[in-house]
Amino acid sequence: MTNESFFYQALVYLATMVVFVPLAKKLNLGSVLGYLLGGIIIGPALLGLIGHGGEDLMHFAEFGVVMMLFLIGLELEPSLLWKLRAPILGLGGLQVAVTSAAVTGIAMLAGLPWNEALVIGMILSLSSTAIVLQMLGEKGLMGSAAGQSSFSVLLFQDIAVIPMLAIFPLLAPAGAVISGQEESASLIAGQPAWVRTLIVLGAVTSLVIGGRYVVKPILHIVARTGLRELFTASALLLVVAIAVLMTLVGLSPALGAFLGGVVLANSEYRHELESDIEPFKGLLLGLFFIGVGATIDFQLIVEHPLLVTGLVLGIMVLKFGVLLGLGKIFKLSREQNLLFAFALPQVGEFAFVLFSFAGGAALLEKETVNAMMAVVAITMALTPLLMLLFEKVIQPRFGCAAGQGGREPDQIDEHERNPVIIAGFDHFGTIVGRFLRASGVKATVLDLDSDRVDLLRKMGLKVYYGDASRADLLKSAGAAQARIIVIAMATPEKNREVVAAVKKHYPHLQMLVRATDNNDAFELMNDGVLRIYRETVDTSLRLASDVLELLGRRAYQSQRAARMFRRFDERSLKGLSAYRDDKQYVNVVRERIEELQKMIQADAYTNMMLRDAGWDRDNAEERN
Amino acid sequence: MKVLILFAHPAFERSRVHSRLINAAKQQPGVTLRDLYEVYPDFDVHPDTEQQILQKHDVIIFQHPLYWYSGPALLKQWMDLVLEHGWAYGKEGVALKGKYMLQVISTGGNEHAYSPEGHHGHPVKQFMLPFEQSAKLCNMEYLSPFVVHGTNQLTELQLDEYAERYATLLQTLQADRLDLQKARQISELNNLIALPPIISK
Ligand SMILES: Cc1cc2nc3c(=O)[nH]c(=O)nc-3n(C[C@H](O)[C@H](O)[C@H](O)COP(=O)(O)O)c2cc1C
Repeated sequence: MTNESFFYQALVYLATMVVFVPLAKKLNLGSVLGYLLGGIIIGPALLGLIGHGGEDLMHFAEFGVVMMLFLIGLELEPSLLWKLRAPILGLGGLQVAVTSAAVTGIAMLAGLPWNEALVIGMILSLSSTAIVLQMLGEKGLMGSAAGQSSFSVLLFQDIAVIPMLAIFPLLAPAGAVISGQEESASLIAGQPAWVRTLIVLGAVTSLVIGGRYVVKPILHIVARTGLRELFTASALLLVVAIAVLMTLVGLSPALGAFLGGVVLANSEYRHELESDIEPFKGLLLGLFFIGVGATIDFQLIVEHPLLVTGLVLGIMVLKFGVLLGLGKIFKLSREQNLLFAFALPQVGEFAFVLFSFAGGAALLEKETVNAMMAVVAITMALTPLLMLLFEKVIQPRFGCAAGQGGREPDQIDEHERNPVIIAGFDHFGTIVGRFLRASGVKATVLDLDSDRVDLLRKMGLKVYYGDASRADLLKSAGAAQARIIVIAMATPEKNREVVAAVKKHYPHLQMLVRATDNNDAFELMNDGVLRIYRETVDTSLRLASDVLELLGRRAYQSQRAARMFRRFDERSLKGLSAYRDDKQYVNVVRERIEELQKMIQADAYTNMMLRDAGWDRDNAEERN
Repeated sequence: MKVLILFAHPAFERSRVHSRLINAAKQQPGVTLRDLYEVYPDFDVHPDTEQQILQKHDVIIFQHPLYWYSGPALLKQWMDLVLEHGWAYGKEGVALKGKYMLQVISTGGNEHAYSPEGHHGHPVKQFMLPFEQSAKLCNMEYLSPFVVHGTNQLTELQLDEYAERYATLLQTLQADRLDLQKARQISELNNLIALPPIISK
């Protein structure tokens, strides 16, 4: 088998993930560090398993970043994005401007020509969306003030990449031939500026309109086929298509994916899309981090230890200082500000793209590019370690070692923090939902029937399409924050699947489960469900008590009798379930019990009804 | 003595007075508290359950706001269904014999309003005659009520004082140290309970 074979490569990368990530997790280092370490170890410096394929790998795996931004977009409704405009433009803009200016200044002092210095300054001002968001998300810090600020800055940086790519050719020394990959791939290279602008605007507009009026109906049709893999394929197609479109018009695919996500954030397919893309994103990002680890040029470090160390330290300290200062201006608390500054001082993945672009555009010397790439990779690899330092040394000083994030409101996902999740929204769940809504209780609703979801959405209800027995979907629906889940799917089997998933992943949730009949209720009791609602009992009894009324009984007595009957029936159901612990005997015993049940029920119920002695006429005599 | 509080308040979530009294009661170890509107939202009082509980206690307290010179409806439903002939009263109805019954009441009207010259014309205890006589029919001794007057005018501090007094009353009953002689002479028990020193200042 050669090194080139697909299976061989897959074997190496997947094994690296499976070995190193759990190891890093076990050591409390977080997954990012695990991937990086894995990359270093299988890279040319140590085992040499992937030779110099690291960079190619990164180009491929950068698509993970695109997916991540699509997912982030999905989580952000446009209104929320609008709310975040101040930190994105203010904090993000200042971070890029101040850092670029400072780096450029220093580089010029070091003797670089101004255009090279400016290019380096701009590139180094960027931070790593992939590492930081993954890390903060894993630690549950995205909702904290520092998490929100980091997010805003990273978003601005991702947008800033586009004008940077546009400016670089202008900075190139006259006469240089531009051979940048991105530019040549783009349709619009060589067009006059106004045509370019028009094309770019057109692309963005078609993205927004297409997302709304083309993608949604298509997803609807796909969802109706009920084939899960088809939906996954459509989700991937969507992201890839956006990326291709954006590259064609010379925009950043990541930014396009982000926009696409935002457009679909309001749609009913949001959770389903999220859970379909999520694993791919995770894998690709993992590959990307492995690539980063593998590209660290240890040769260079060995040859110029002082230069490399100096550059790494210098860049990180400078960025740290700028972040700290800006955080202060934007009124972050001391602890959150430190977290913010500790999270973002690395250089980001776009630097690899921009450096190779700048190299191609003859803006930078080949040696400079190589050295800078190594430095960038090292700053990225140091980030998880810095976070560890923050968590273990700095944060304890503030008296809250454990996840600070939980305390502050999660701004990104406001409506997901509903206390109630309703899984299954047919005629049964609808009534539950309507009543809760009328009582001012907010619920996140999941349903499997895409037609119904559509209809309900048209009526202005927030209903999501998705299968609640999948842990990832429960997660997107906010199961971690919710208190109660109403499980009211159409079939008992599906309900029990959801019960199993909830018990396994979200045991804190109180489950209220719809059951069809007694046997179904027994099964649910066996699964440990405490609150079981047989779907016909209440209605049948209401009907039965109406029969009594029509026969001339007093309304109050009829209804009271029905309530008593139900109470007794429920009690005896519980008593019977005790016999079912040993599954082998269930069937034999059940028959006997059912007979028994009928008898007991008849007697005891009659006795109970006779007991309303307080109202009896003869009693009254002695009171008179 | 074992104390049972049968609490009836249909709008407890909006209560100022009883929320405080209930808090005070909850902090008394050994007191059984039964929140009737919580146990029987459908008014289907279970006589069996209630009777078993009654038998385990020596002092039965009806705690409730005054609604139309009486208790809230569920309290009446409770009496209608639980105090059965042959159990609570009648020749063989001696289950409650020797127990004490008392009411803990809050009234919108103030103390003056419940005087002969006042708006309502009679002291609260007189309005409670049906309860008093029911207790007697069931062979219990009816103690004068503990009354929180003028609920709308009470300040936070005064409300806390009442809660403090209520706690003292419960302790006194539990320790069986209530001065029955005196209790029989006055018309409202709250006047019998001295305030703890810190509060009275
Ligand atoms: C339906 C109803 C009837 C009431 N009837 C009387 C009454 O007859 N006499 C009186 O003094 N207050 C009356 N009130 C006032 C309540 O007794 C008073 O609001 C209550 O004791 C306050 O206690 P709380 O803060 O725990 O709810 C009545 C209130 C309601 C809602």
